[in-house]
Amino acid sequence: MIILTGNDLETGDVVWWTGSGWSRRVADAAFVEPGEGPEQAAGIMHREMTSRAVNGAYEVDAEDGEQGPVPSHIKERMRAAGPSVRPDLGVQAEG
Amino acid sequence: MATMYQYDQYDQQMVDARVAEFRDQVDRRLSGELTEEQFTPLRLMNGLYLQLHAYMLRVAVPYGTLSSQQMRMLAEIARKYDKGYGHFTTRQNIQYNWIQLKDAPDILDDLATVEMHAIQTSGNCIRNISSDQYAGVAADEVCDPRPYAELLRQWSSFHPEFSFLPRKFKIAVIASPGDRAAMRLHDIGIEMVRSEAGELGAKFFAGGGMGRTPMIAPCVREFVPVDELVSYSEAILRVYNRWGRRDNKYKARIKILVHETGADEFRRQVEEEYERMQPLDLDPPRAELERIEAFFAPPAYERLEDGYDTDDPDFRLWAQANVTAHKVPGYAAAAISLKPVGGIPGDASAEQMDIVADLAQRYSLDEVRVTHAQNLILPNVKQADLHALWQELEAAGLGTPNLDLASDIIACPGLDYCSLANARSIPVAQKLSQRLSGRERDLGELKIKISGCINACGHHHAGHIGILGVDRKGVENYQLLLGGSGAEDVSLAKITGPGFDEDGVVDAVETVTNLYLEQREEGERFVDTYRRLGMAPFKEALYG
Ligand code: HEM
Ligand code: SF4
Repeated sequence: MIILTGNDLETGDVVWWTGSGWSRRVADAAFVEPGEGPEQAAGIMHREMTSRAVNGAYEVDAEDGEQGPVPSHIKERMRAAGPSVRPDLGVQAEG
Repeated sequence: MATMYQYDQYDQQMVDARVAEFRDQVDRRLSGELTEEQFTPLRLMNGLYLQLHAYMLRVAVPYGTLSSQQMRMLAEIARKYDKGYGHFTTRQNIQYNWIQLKDAPDILDDLATVEMHAIQTSGNCIRNISSDQYAGVAADEVCDPRPYAELLRQWSSFHPEFSFLPRKFKIAVIASPGDRAAMRLHDIGIEMVRSEAGELGAKFFAGGGMGRTPMIAPCVREFVPVDELVSYSEAILRVYNRWGRRDNKYKARIKILVHETGADEFRRQVEEEYERMQPLDLDPPRAELERIEAFFAPPAYERLEDGYDTDDPDFRLWAQANVTAHKVPGYAAAAISLKPVGGIPGDASAEQMDIVADLAQRYSLDEVRVTHAQNLILPNVKQADLHALWQELEAAGLGTPNLDLASDIIACPGLDYCSLANARSIPVAQKLSQRLSGRERDLGELKIKISGCINACGHHHAGHIGILGVDRKGVENYQLLLGGSGAEDVSLAKITGPGFDEDGVVDAVETVTNLYLEQREEGERFVDTYRRLGMAPFKEALYG
């Protein structure tokens, strides 16, 4: 299954597509279908990047966890949480 | 005032103009006039990357020299625009990990007020030129290498022909037989030397590098007179610009050209080009070199005697590890380790940067140096002040006595910060320093270097012990390498065999150091024992 991510253009924050906007919390992410349609992955990314709601969007493989989607790859989990060596920083520090 | 190059009006105008231009580009990106494709090369030219968690800004510290005022500005930027810290890198730069795009022009403006910038920290240009962190004070140097690094910086900055090279280009300039800048692992390595007649000149090396195909630079010429450094460098760049591959990014570095052409043929081509260029008279007049040299004139040292009291055992430990001889009697260079045991290599908080700035002002004639091993140096400390300095460092958590010992580990940001990474580097460094620090004095000089991917920002090829993070089916895995060196005994490390997981690689390092302790002969460092015994017994101990 896939979710969408990118960075906020102005702040650089890592953000995730929720179905209606972008959230810093991966748990808020919505699973999307692949494809070019307006509510499918490529369509959403194109629209959102053109309107500058997000920068550098791409698809991420994820599983459905208890709290919501969990990215399959460690790199994306690191982006979602913040550096593993600084638990005081990033989204992970916000509780 | 620190001994360093000061911008002339022309330098300052160029930097100011660049910042104004970038402010306009950021505005146009935020308003949508520029697409990300159009904007990316522009932001990279100003040192701004999009990294794992946010934008990352890389600020150049030319040849690693900072004044107290500049260090204070680095602290101020960490506090005002980032999350209160910065990361000193193996390229003698500093990186901020949490920068917002809208703040980037303000940061560059702030940096420009202290003659700093982020230009040439990215892209296929001649990058920030590195040098010996003990330049100007080293007991073994033939001259201060920094004026020549500065000369080459001025020549290469904004040089139209060299802003679109086939690939990035890194130069190091040193001036002593001891190599503390990994000079031969650079695209061009320059060692200032004196001829038998006593004339100053340079020995040129070309085609070194790390990354996916590590190479040691062969010597291109034994002696280039000091007045011809620019034209000789230009001859090398021209041959590279003409023949360096632009079709394949992995084959585009000069090291590939030198390797594929062969050192002898490459040398012949450079010499031919150099001959052809003679009528162009590209070298700056002697007066310009003298103008630059004047900025690096030695500061006002007092006349002092050598010697200081080391009765305090903790102080003695620190002084033995972290204090280096100075060419002026009564002075010493003191290393500030950014490798607390279990800490993050190269990170410094804004408070620590402020403290270092303050200590530099009070104890080191206003100067700080950044080393490629991600530590800081106070180059001009009176030996009589060393004890007082150490007490203040201790109080600030900056007194770790481990220079060049097992816990003085180089580690790139790895998967904790870097979007190119395959594996984390920092946690491995933390575990290793905890595991080894208790017996690091017994282990002696031991250089452990960790990279989170093949790009080798953590110099793993040049580690006595190197560790390379790889991705094995989505799981972090670590290859172990032995026998490298970035110093005057330069060599490339070799892979031991199959990789390990995070705890496994920490155990593996312990295993090879145990073998060293058993097998070493009088006076041998780890790397010497490895070179004498070869890989076989280490392999046997690891996989046997
Ligand atoms: C986090 C952002 C970083 C990115 C995206 C990055 C990217 C890269 C890339 C792509 C290369 C390979 C270039 C090539 O071989 O042509 C490279 C090489 C290198 N980088 Fe980084 N790097 C980063 C951080 C660092 C840091 C923090 C350091 C210092 C600790 C560093 C020091 C170096 C060095 C020494 C090389 C080897 C140059 C050579 O091949 O000779 N980089 N980097
Ligand atoms: S070696 Fe790889 S992981 Fe480490 S900083 Fe360089 S590019 Fe990133």
